[in-house]
Amino acid sequence: MNSMALIPLFAFLILIFVVGIYTARKVSRADSFVQEYFLGSRQLGGFILAMTMIATYGSASSFIGGPGAAYTYGLSWVLLAMSQVVTGYFVLLILGKKFAIMARKYKAVTLIDYLQGRYGSNKITILSAISIILFLFSAMIAQWVGGARLIESLTGLTYESALFLFAVSVLVYVIIGGFRAVAITDAIQGVVMLGGTIILLIATIIAGGGMENIMMGLKAENPNLLSPHGHDGELSARYISSFWILVGVGVVGLPQVAVRAMSYKNSRSLHRALIIGTIVVGSIMLGMHLIGVLARVVVPGIEVADKVMPLLALEVLPPWLAGIVLAAPMAAIMSTVDSLLLIVSSAIVKDVYMNFINKDAKEKQVKRISFWVTSITGILVFLMALSPPELIIWLNLFSFGGLEAVFIWPIVLGLYWKKGNAHGAIASMISGLVAYILFHSFAPNYMDMHTVIFPIIISFFMYVLVSLFTQAQYRQNGWV
Amino acid sequence: MDHKEDKRFRVAGHEALIGIALVLINFLWWYGFAFGLGGQPVSDYDWILGMPEWFFYSCIVGFFLMVLLVIIVVKYMLTDIPFDDEGDDHE
Repeated sequence: MNSMALIPLFAFLILIFVVGIYTARKVSRADSFVQEYFLGSRQLGGFILAMTMIATYGSASSFIGGPGAAYTYGLSWVLLAMSQVVTGYFVLLILGKKFAIMARKYKAVTLIDYLQGRYGSNKITILSAISIILFLFSAMIAQWVGGARLIESLTGLTYESALFLFAVSVLVYVIIGGFRAVAITDAIQGVVMLGGTIILLIATIIAGGGMENIMMGLKAENPNLLSPHGHDGELSARYISSFWILVGVGVVGLPQVAVRAMSYKNSRSLHRALIIGTIVVGSIMLGMHLIGVLARVVVPGIEVADKVMPLLALEVLPPWLAGIVLAAPMAAIMSTVDSLLLIVSSAIVKDVYMNFINKDAKEKQVKRISFWVTSITGILVFLMALSPPELIIWLNLFSFGGLEAVFIWPIVLGLYWKKGNAHGAIASMISGLVAYILFHSFAPNYMDMHTVIFPIIISFFMYVLVSLFTQAQYRQNGWV
Repeated sequence: MDHKEDKRFRVAGHEALIGIALVLINFLWWYGFAFGLGGQPVSDYDWILGMPEWFFYSCIVGFFLMVLLVIIVVKYMLTDIPFDDEGDDHE
């Protein structure tokens, strides 16, 4: 690849690195290390909040896998991806102010703290920590593989050195800077993602001789590419709609997203984040996936779906601009990985260590342990990513769906349904997890809907029924 | 304290319902245009700005519609409330 394109890419990595380190200085000045390191002392403003939510959520699949799928399936995949506009407003409206109030009341720093405060059950804490560590660890590996592959294909470095470069640039600022460094670098990464999307969309339309010209090219190749049912007509309305749960409303149940809903300063930050978040997430999802479809005419015959986006950028843009645009998927991957790393570390340090192993840990001890746990987790992921599993999207979606099935009802019903109790929550989490694994293994996409649907329905009923059956025990020491 | 909290929780509950209403509007718009207009054979499609009509309305207009609705909701329907319990630290 042209070295002109590499300069902006490395400049971007260095920028993130410097900003991350600079922000990290806040950690040593903060009143409470844990509050600052894992939650940025609840000081996020509207813009940073919106950007960190989008950047955390938008990952390798939005910039690499997604456009690749759109290249294959046509406009139907853009339609499917547009279900993600929901995430821009739904998470913050549903969890919203109540979550912020309750989290402050419980002095919760992690999602698990909140669950502990709401249900007062150690079993829930352990169960949550295990699911977070298990699922997000695998999600992280998938993202790192994506990041390293991208660097590999752009720079010509070996996979191992690409992985190393990627690991170092992410690890350092997460380890020393914590949540605030993650959120602020996320904001920069979010801006890069948005800018990259817009530049590439415009350049692609121009390179293809206008929208109409490209659409006619698609129609000539295979009219089904323009239908909402996929290139072979196999995507049913029901199947596409079921993604509204997986990548739309179900996102409420993702710990890395939910924790952000308790990190903001005040209602005004929340209000601003709703507007900014909806605009940015919609533009990125619409733009990136539409780009994938248009690429089919502009750069025909790409065999490996994951290469659509890099090849297209190099084809339609001058090299230095392609470098800037290709920083967008890098940004998406980095901003997801840094959040996942921190949340896994918080599950180990805050939820397991401080709850069970050393209840009266001193500030200094916690600080040392946090740095160590974050570093070791990062290194473990690095080692496992060295011999990478295939299929980035599959792994990523697996952890998505699994976490949603486990957490969505204990979070949402816990907030709004007074009768919900610990027994109901445990039943919901276990049934959600087991059902997800079973459906995934034995009946994937059962009844032509994404695997996540039935586990979420099952865990809903388990929560409600078990809570109702056991409510006698809770009547007295009930919740607000 | 309980009385004041009840009031804040009512606001929060109300805003969560707004969130659900927005999702329903978003979904119906998205689904209706995509599978209503897009269900016919491709040769019968109408075109707007070079794109199939269903796609233009469902994905592009639908997105702008949601942005507009979210702005309206934020400007006129959400309430500013404090999050901290003033001086109340019994937990």
